[in-house]
Amino acid sequence: MNEARPPAPARPAKASEPSEPPLPANLRRNAPLVPTDSAASRALAAVIAILTFLAALCAGAAEIAVSSAGQWQGSVAQEVTVQVRPGAGRDIEADVKRAEAIARAHPGIAGARVFSKAESERLLEPWLGSGLDLSDLPVPRLIALTLPPEARPDLSSLRTALTEALPGVASLDDHALWLQRLSVMANTLAGIGIGVVALVLIATGLAVVFATRGAMAGNREVVEVLHFVGADDAYIAKAFQSRFFRLGLRGGALGAGAALLVCALAGLAARAWRSGPAGEEIAALFGTFQIGWQGYAVIVAIGAIASVVTAIVSRVTVRHFLR
Amino acid sequence: MSAGKNTGSLLSGAQEPVVRFEGVGMRYGLGSEVLSDVSFEIAPHSFQFLTGPSGAGKTTLLRLILLSVKPTRGLVSVFGEEVSGISNEALTGLRRRMGVVFQDFRLLDHLTTYENVALPLRVQERAEASYRAEVVELLRWVGLGERMHVLPPLLSGGEKQRAAIARALIARPELLLADEPTGNVDPSLARRLLRLFMELNRLGTSVLIATHDYGLMDLVDARRMVLGEGRLRIEN
Repeated sequence: MNEARPPAPARPAKASEPSEPPLPANLRRNAPLVPTDSAASRALAAVIAILTFLAALCAGAAEIAVSSAGQWQGSVAQEVTVQVRPGAGRDIEADVKRAEAIARAHPGIAGARVFSKAESERLLEPWLGSGLDLSDLPVPRLIALTLPPEARPDLSSLRTALTEALPGVASLDDHALWLQRLSVMANTLAGIGIGVVALVLIATGLAVVFATRGAMAGNREVVEVLHFVGADDAYIAKAFQSRFFRLGLRGGALGAGAALLVCALAGLAARAWRSGPAGEEIAALFGTFQIGWQGYAVIVAIGAIASVVTAIVSRVTVRHFLR
Repeated sequence: MSAGKNTGSLLSGAQEPVVRFEGVGMRYGLGSEVLSDVSFEIAPHSFQFLTGPSGAGKTTLLRLILLSVKPTRGLVSVFGEEVSGISNEALTGLRRRMGVVFQDFRLLDHLTTYENVALPLRVQERAEASYRAEVVELLRWVGLGERMHVLPPLLSGGEKQRAAIARALIARPELLLADEPTGNVDPSLARRLLRLFMELNRLGTSVLIATHDYGLMDLVDARRMVLGEGRLRIEN
């Protein structure tokens, strides 16, 4: 220490004077105010990663179920069925032809396919067994009507036309009951998925509350010094928030990354299985077993939300702690 | 030296005191009073010592001025503002006008010497480039130019002391509080540090040094605030 007068910190330094040694190039500046690398920090990042992974997997599974239900709904909603029942003293073939003609003439019907008597009987085989003579049974005949994908025609007028032309014989099934059930199932699965993700995010928030309180207690002296050198509560909260946001980001990225990897691997595995003997069943149940870009976006969003939740919860906890 | 009769300054009649205590009493919890009926003023640009035996309440009195504890009774005013019921924003504003040197330094071990000294400016959210040269110059002036990269655990007691003093000075405080600032250094360095405080006082900072080093106090003709059994007595 030299004996000269103090440098009067009031004034900006004359760093450009030739006698001044240059500032060290590697001088460390603005390191985080709250120590970041500790066992507790790593444990919290691991907890956030695991919770994010579980939430993301759950969201991925819900997305698969909802998109599969959507595919089923789409294919079911593309068709309606006209059922023609055999009536006493009526020629069922003539009734079928009449019903087909009415349906084809109706605006908005893209196509009609009449199931032959043999096809109709084959439809009953799963229930009645094969090799039976069904000629004495009043097996109804079906006409599958294809709807255009862009707009659903007015089916009530078609239904009225059929019942007026063939009263008590022809009826129209628009699969509304099935569609409704599928819709309820899809919404339930989506709701369960959202609920589980919300629970996991709440668990993340609670873990962060405990971790923040622990960090505050462990850094009590740091907080006190920051107060004494003129830091306000908002600044201190920001310092902690920034620390926890980084931890949350690390945990969220790890968890979401692992979930993305698992989903991608599951998609590849499903593709391999589809070429095997059970492939058709798997495809029928899960569709392509791929979560699509929305699913990947949801997983990335869950990672980001976990980080943001971590930051916000830590900030609120610190503000509450300092009060 | 601008030590006056009652408030430590010749300017005491002209300007509002930096600190004013009126009948202040302080106890921790249900214990006996650490301070009883303490009344005094610290005038702008004044220099004074606060002394007394260990456990007399020097640190408590400094904490009261720092607004880190509230008095059990009596009035405390800092920079003209009565501090009971003060808002957090106002509290921060008042603390930014003070510099403090703690007995145990209170340097943050995970920050380098440079970062520790720059802390009061950093928490004001100033850009690092705007104060870098200032901090480095002060560090060089207190003899820590070669140690600015070092973390506090690797500094000697004297170096920590100087870093703590530099941190207290960097934001140009109007009031400097120092708790045993020469307690960890040899007598020669203690005299140099004392000269530093006197120079700061000459530049306009009010200085209050808590010490029980009578040898140090004898070097300066300054007001002495003596604490004993919780009561304050002013000596010149």
